[in-house]
Amino acid sequence: MTNKKTGLFQKDLVQEALRESFVKLNPKIMFRNPVMFTVELGTFIMLIVTLYSLVSDSQGSFGYNFMIFLLLLLTLLFANFAEAIAEARGKAQANSLRKTREETPAKKLIIDNGQWKKEPNHNYQFSIVNSSLLKKGDLFFCEAGDTIPSDGEIVEGLATIDESAITGESAPVIREAGGDKSSVTGGTKVLSDSIMVKVTAEQGESFLDKMIALVEGASRQKSPNEIALTILLAGFTLVFIIVTVTLKPFADYANTPITIAAYISLFVCLIPTTIGGLLSAIGIAGMDRALRANVITKSGKAVETAGDIDVLLLDKTGTITIGNRKATHFYPVSGIDEKHFIKSIVLSSIADETPEGKSIIELSKVDPLSYQVKEARYIKFTAETRSSGIDLPSGQAGSINTRIRKGAADAIKTLCENAGNPFPKETAERVTQISSNGGTPLVVSENEKVIGVIELQDIIKPGIQERFERLRKMGIKTVMVTGDNPLTAKFIAEKAGVDDFIAEAKPEDKMNYIKKEQEQGRLVAMMGDGTNDAPALAQADVGVAMNSGTQAAKEAGNMVDLDNDPTKLIEVVEIGKQLLMTRGTLTTFSIANDVAKYFAIIPALFIVAIPSLQGLNIMNLGSPESAILSAVIFNAIIIPMLIPLALKGVAYKPIGASALLRRNLFIYGLGGVIVPFIGIKLIDLFVSVFV
Amino acid sequence: MNTEILGVIFMYATVVSMAIPLGRYIGKIFNYENTWLDKIFHPLDNLFFKLSGIDPSNEMNWKEHLAALFTINAFWFVISLFVLTNMSWLPLNPDSNPSMSWDLAFNTSVSFVSNTNLQHYSGETGLSYMGQLILMLWQFISAATGIAICAVVFNAMKERTADKLGNFYSYFVRTCTRILLPIAFVGAIILVFNGTPMTFEGKDTITTLEGVEQQVSRGPAAAFIPIKQLGTNGGGYYGPNSTNPMENPNYLTNILETVFIFLIPIALIFAMGYVLNRRKLALMVYGVMTAGFLCLVIPSIYFEMQGNPALVEMGIAQDMGSMEGKEVRFGSAASAYWAINTTSTSNGSVNAMHDSMTPLTGMFAMLGMMINCFYGGVGVGFINFYVFIILAVFIGGLMVGRTPEFLGKKVEAKEVKIAMMIALLHPLMILGGTATASFLYASNPEAYAEWLNNPGAHGFGEFLYEFSSSAANNGSGFEGLGDDTPFWNITTGLVMLLGRYLPIIGPVAIAGILASKKYVPESAGTLKTDTPTFGILVFAVIAILAALAFFPALTLGPLSEYFSL
Repeated sequence: MTNKKTGLFQKDLVQEALRESFVKLNPKIMFRNPVMFTVELGTFIMLIVTLYSLVSDSQGSFGYNFMIFLLLLLTLLFANFAEAIAEARGKAQANSLRKTREETPAKKLIIDNGQWKKEPNHNYQFSIVNSSLLKKGDLFFCEAGDTIPSDGEIVEGLATIDESAITGESAPVIREAGGDKSSVTGGTKVLSDSIMVKVTAEQGESFLDKMIALVEGASRQKSPNEIALTILLAGFTLVFIIVTVTLKPFADYANTPITIAAYISLFVCLIPTTIGGLLSAIGIAGMDRALRANVITKSGKAVETAGDIDVLLLDKTGTITIGNRKATHFYPVSGIDEKHFIKSIVLSSIADETPEGKSIIELSKVDPLSYQVKEARYIKFTAETRSSGIDLPSGQAGSINTRIRKGAADAIKTLCENAGNPFPKETAERVTQISSNGGTPLVVSENEKVIGVIELQDIIKPGIQERFERLRKMGIKTVMVTGDNPLTAKFIAEKAGVDDFIAEAKPEDKMNYIKKEQEQGRLVAMMGDGTNDAPALAQADVGVAMNSGTQAAKEAGNMVDLDNDPTKLIEVVEIGKQLLMTRGTLTTFSIANDVAKYFAIIPALFIVAIPSLQGLNIMNLGSPESAILSAVIFNAIIIPMLIPLALKGVAYKPIGASALLRRNLFIYGLGGVIVPFIGIKLIDLFVSVFV
Repeated sequence: MNTEILGVIFMYATVVSMAIPLGRYIGKIFNYENTWLDKIFHPLDNLFFKLSGIDPSNEMNWKEHLAALFTINAFWFVISLFVLTNMSWLPLNPDSNPSMSWDLAFNTSVSFVSNTNLQHYSGETGLSYMGQLILMLWQFISAATGIAICAVVFNAMKERTADKLGNFYSYFVRTCTRILLPIAFVGAIILVFNGTPMTFEGKDTITTLEGVEQQVSRGPAAAFIPIKQLGTNGGGYYGPNSTNPMENPNYLTNILETVFIFLIPIALIFAMGYVLNRRKLALMVYGVMTAGFLCLVIPSIYFEMQGNPALVEMGIAQDMGSMEGKEVRFGSAASAYWAINTTSTSNGSVNAMHDSMTPLTGMFAMLGMMINCFYGGVGVGFINFYVFIILAVFIGGLMVGRTPEFLGKKVEAKEVKIAMMIALLHPLMILGGTATASFLYASNPEAYAEWLNNPGAHGFGEFLYEFSSSAANNGSGFEGLGDDTPFWNITTGLVMLLGRYLPIIGPVAIAGILASKKYVPESAGTLKTDTPTFGILVFAVIAILAALAFFPALTLGPLSEYFSL
């Protein structure tokens, strides 16, 4: 599913879009788009003029009027097609997500007197219903092999789940009741064990359903920027209404009769039909691109806001560093043989299943099975002792009753000092040194005497520095959030190239940081998964919740990342920027086109009555009719030619706002002035053959 | 190099070299910083405030500013109506000139209130000295109104969130006493020494070379003329304006009067840079305005110096360029330069007859008024430009992938709506007015024959010019138009009022709304508005929205006249 590479114009989608293009001619639908609505009015008038020209030729020949009518109709259809194809693509994407769970049978639990009915063999009683009949608050049961019928929260049990249908990630994940990993998504599959799940969303109201509705346009609300742009375009349309309407008395004064077809052609060519026709397609395509990146947005506005983000809060673990720390150095205390030290720590880590423990054995290059360990007692890590280790009976490891512990410096210090042994000065220094280098020191003791220190280091993700550099060029400040002490945090922050960090972060610290930045007028984005994160997700301007996160987190954020990929925010920001840029550049292009269109149509309008105006016909177009037809044809076909750009979006390059403006102004502004001159001239060469 | 062109370059260099320090000084006035004139004017200002009972420290929001603006304007409007209709018995009327009729007084008052100075009377016979003085007062008031409201917009553009944007009365009084009065005073002294009358005595009698006795009108002309130029007012003391040798005696006074047209409009750009401490932004604005001005003025000078192609065909030598309707003491280049100066700034004073200019110069003069922000009128020129900045910010902001921001404030639907309505207003009034006139004329040419001496393309140009001049509050005219009829008095009167106040209300509303928004600090992703690239974008927005909308009309007027010459 991830980034499914589908062609822009799949056959079935095109067919559906073609059909929709005609449906959307309905003036009621058209009215939402003021620019195209005026074109529709013009087309209607041209239809009447065309019929009229059957009985009288005062408005030009039937063939000419009919051509103009057809071209205007085509302009409308092209614009509708742009919107329809964007919708169809979005719908197809959403449907493929939805399809998996639509006909899923659900094992709905039967509740009796508020108690779940159990059969004599203590199994739950359930009835099999269609997933579409599940209601919010219903409980259902899933065991190995079942497809989860609806979004929900596990209330009991634990299961491994294959989420590849949604995320494309093949490795199964564990979801269990309570905690931050309790959420399941409809359409995913249970691989082992069984869970009891509470439905969290009414059918048709899950995130996916909301998303689909957004794409389908029924509930698609225009975002603030889109509204402002629509006003701007409506304003331009009004200017050209004034220009066209006042031309009538001007022409009367100058004794140059102008046909209705010419007025309407001039008007339609001048108003920004290109952007007007593509505007909604651009908006839909933006959400569609987010969906293709496996991000579900709750509104189009959220995508846009992402483009405005000033500050990005990122969790250290998993985003900046590869999930876990690794052992990088062993430092035995002076007087302790290094081999003995290594042997001790390997022994203490044999039963340590944590990635840190494994990395210690890896670094020691010792096969732990070569040690004969019998009747050993493994001490697990607990939050109270903040250390783990092993107790060996006498005779083992060349000593009697050996107790090896490794853990946080202060925990081991307390342990040793309580036993009356001093905490060596050199160890204390080593601990500070490791911390300031961004590492985590693990102090090792044997029988409550410090024997050395293990250095664990965070591994910064390869390529992450470049990504932060890219963000910096976009003008976005990155902030690392970590539970590490400030010393370690500072080191990693510098190494990874983030601009700021929050060390020893508690959930409320994130919240306060966000509020502080927002007070200074900045927009903040963050990613989170836990219930702890929910308030901060809600406070942030863009809160991306991981799909694996709790229901609370997902409710609080305004986007959900199906991949649970913490670096996804960077992509979301770029999608947002692309969305706005595509609108801006196509607006510029559309308006810049007017220069050439004026020079095509204005001489054509008056040249018959005032032949000296030939001097204005700088494109040297064949005849007034061919000039007008060429301009209208250009105006119509530029829309479908730009559909791919509207759907894919203008490429975003983080080269700073000024350079970006220069670039886009050059391509779409200057290009928008030049392209129609060439285009109209070429079309005219062709049209002149027939006219 | 050609002396005429050298003269033009000298005039432009002079105005810029004076405008830069003046801009700094104006910035200090707006910022309430100390200046050496404080000693003189503090007591004077305080006297005004004490007499009027206004507390100058009471800060106002944008709506209160507009209310204050209308209060001042309405108050003096009534007084000027009273004076103009009662001149005959009021003092200072040595020539016993009659009072104005009510409708002419109304028209005149509207025209001076709106900084237009469209004159349907001749000062020599139509006004007493009292009448001239009340109009001179208006030239101060309407100029100071524009400058003071511009100061409010500057204040609103500062990097902070605020509702209160200074006190309008205070800005107004400071503008009058510390900016307009001293400069006008210096200008008047220079004019007096070059022969411009400054007296309260009545007409003088001279014997001409032919031995005929002639009456020569005099009066406080030297006081009147500097503020006419300085405040982009343009209403002449004498009927023929600055073509009259007493209003503009020689090339030196012509330099002075030309420099005074641009002085404050350009200085205000630099004042903005000083107030906001954004010199680069001021340079961007100056650059765009200058580029636009050059696009208008260079071809105009070229065409005037080339002479009339129709005369060339007849084999008539035109070594001095096209001299029809021009004064020999100024020449074709300085006249064309003045023409574009006066039309691109909404000044409207003339030192040559625009109606007689070659077709394309006439078109560039019209374009100057249609765009109305290549320097533009005092204060209002920048305010007009501000609207285009907002529109460019919106388009440019989208182009760099961010919600558009201008000076740290987000530009949203409401601001775009207001900006677009103001941008629409000009085409609506000019094209709408011209369309109405064309419709009437085309439907019954006989009935309206008195309007046009030159039917055809030039006549159409005269319609277009008249409405452009009214909408832009310019006041100059293609004087071939018979405009002293009810139709022209009423329509241009309405257009003048709308063209004055709506383009003040709109931008002030935008600035006020933006000022109260949260300030967003700039980042690397923010669109920079003080760069040449952004300047190009603003220029393109102006060219496409303000200039291209008039392309069809100009085609039927000056362009078709040009191509058929």
